[in-house]
Amino acid sequence: MRFMITVDAMGDACPIPVIKTKKALAELNGSGELEVFVDNEIAVQNVSKMAANAGGDVASEQISEGKYRVAIRLAGDGTAGERDTEEAEEKAEEKQAEKTAGKEKKHTIVVVSSDRMGSGNDELGKVLIKGFIFAVTQLDELPEQMLFYNGGAVLTCEGADTLEDLKNLEAQGVEILTCGTCLDYYGLKEKLQVGSVTNMYAIVEAMNRADKIIRP
Amino acid sequence: MGLETSDDAAVYRITEEIAMIQTVDFFTPVVDDPYTFGQIAAANSLSDVYAMGGEPKIALNIAAFPNCLDVEILGEILRGGAEKVKEAGAVLVGGHTIQDNEPKYGLCVSGFVHPEKVWKNYGCRPGDVLILTKPIGSGVVNTAVKAQMASEEAANDAIRVMASLNKYAKEVFERYEISACTDVTGFGLLGHCAEMASASDVTLELYPEQIPLIKEAKSYASMGLVPAGAYRNREHTEAMVDAGTTEEALLDLMYDPQTSGGLLASVPPQDADAIVVELRARDPETEVSVIGTVKARSEKWIRLL
Repeated sequence: MRFMITVDAMGDACPIPVIKTKKALAELNGSGELEVFVDNEIAVQNVSKMAANAGGDVASEQISEGKYRVAIRLAGDGTAGERDTEEAEEKAEEKQAEKTAGKEKKHTIVVVSSDRMGSGNDELGKVLIKGFIFAVTQLDELPEQMLFYNGGAVLTCEGADTLEDLKNLEAQGVEILTCGTCLDYYGLKEKLQVGSVTNMYAIVEAMNRADKIIRP
Repeated sequence: MGLETSDDAAVYRITEEIAMIQTVDFFTPVVDDPYTFGQIAAANSLSDVYAMGGEPKIALNIAAFPNCLDVEILGEILRGGAEKVKEAGAVLVGGHTIQDNEPKYGLCVSGFVHPEKVWKNYGCRPGDVLILTKPIGSGVVNTAVKAQMASEEAANDAIRVMASLNKYAKEVFERYEISACTDVTGFGLLGHCAEMASASDVTLELYPEQIPLIKEAKSYASMGLVPAGAYRNREHTEAMVDAGTTEEALLDLMYDPQTSGGLLASVPPQDADAIVVELRARDPETEVSVIGTVKARSEKWIRLL
């Protein structure tokens, strides 16, 4: 059996229209229709948010000067109206994740934590890291960012043989970021030659957002 | 001697080394308990001095109170205020109360600062990191309290946030060369960010997911418990913001007008880690976080990632 409930919230100040709507939604017991009359645009938006959050289909219209009607329909799957807020939030997050995945290209970042590549012979390691940075310049799809920390920080500073390739990458839009705490520690603050200084929060944020992290 | 104004505080240079900051703020009750209201109103008034890098020294009560209410309630409001003034290290030297239908309370505060060390709400430099020292959402949670839909936990969290002083955050920031600072109040986080960005001629990139929120604020926002002020802020600021795919409830919270909100500082990237560590150590109760970075100016003043 379907019900139609009318709520008059004309002249009610925020948040009373929302309270009245919530009560009426509970009365519908999961299925039916509800119309809410309010006298301002803010109430329209707040009531719409509340109803959408409760799983309803919402439409609103201005009837006359200072009179709005919000129509809410509950589908009647038994859960609408009582839906847990957390669940709604999860759904919103999922939607957001889908959106991001579908629309944007993959976030790839390169993380360099040492001035040499691999362990074994240090001299060889330094030759390898130079080769690695050069190889990055040859990738079809360049990474979005390159992060340098701890020993890696010297590669972006004066005297490094990787500067030319890194400047080349930067010129092509790759963001080169070096950890500020590390530059401080090695006394390299004034010697940074390419890209800009970053901090641990930005580093973690970048790693967290990345779809792929490449490490030499 | 120079005279300069910024936000709701005035700065007056007295000597080469001393400038006075003068500010006044008061409002109607945001919570039922008079003692708590006094604390919140005082913390809010004192915040203007902290936001400019100053040390509050002298405070005067400014109050309005109806005849029909028990005068003991007024006493409780003033007691809450006095406690916060004491915590701030300032002295309360009196004040003035008038009769009015609705109670109102706040402080007139004088503070001091070195004229070269006044923090402005402009001066953000590309590469800077943005640090926020309190969670947001007090407007939404207060609306939920009014609607009797807020949990006790959420209401108490909002009170704790609103009543806490920005003193400790200020004491950490002043040990570094920060680029700009403001306190987040009536215009909401995005309103104050827009002000900072346009005055500094830069674009602020924010990470909405990393902005700390008062307990349950997000679920109340998605239930439509959004105060009218948030919609006004949104109308005013929206054109300056590239909101990307930020979800609606988070946007509402970012436009939500704050009562006694935190400090928002733009700090050099190499100092950011140390500042956050120190802030957390200094005041473990309040959540501090890096909420974004400063970029060279682009089309919009604010970009949400």
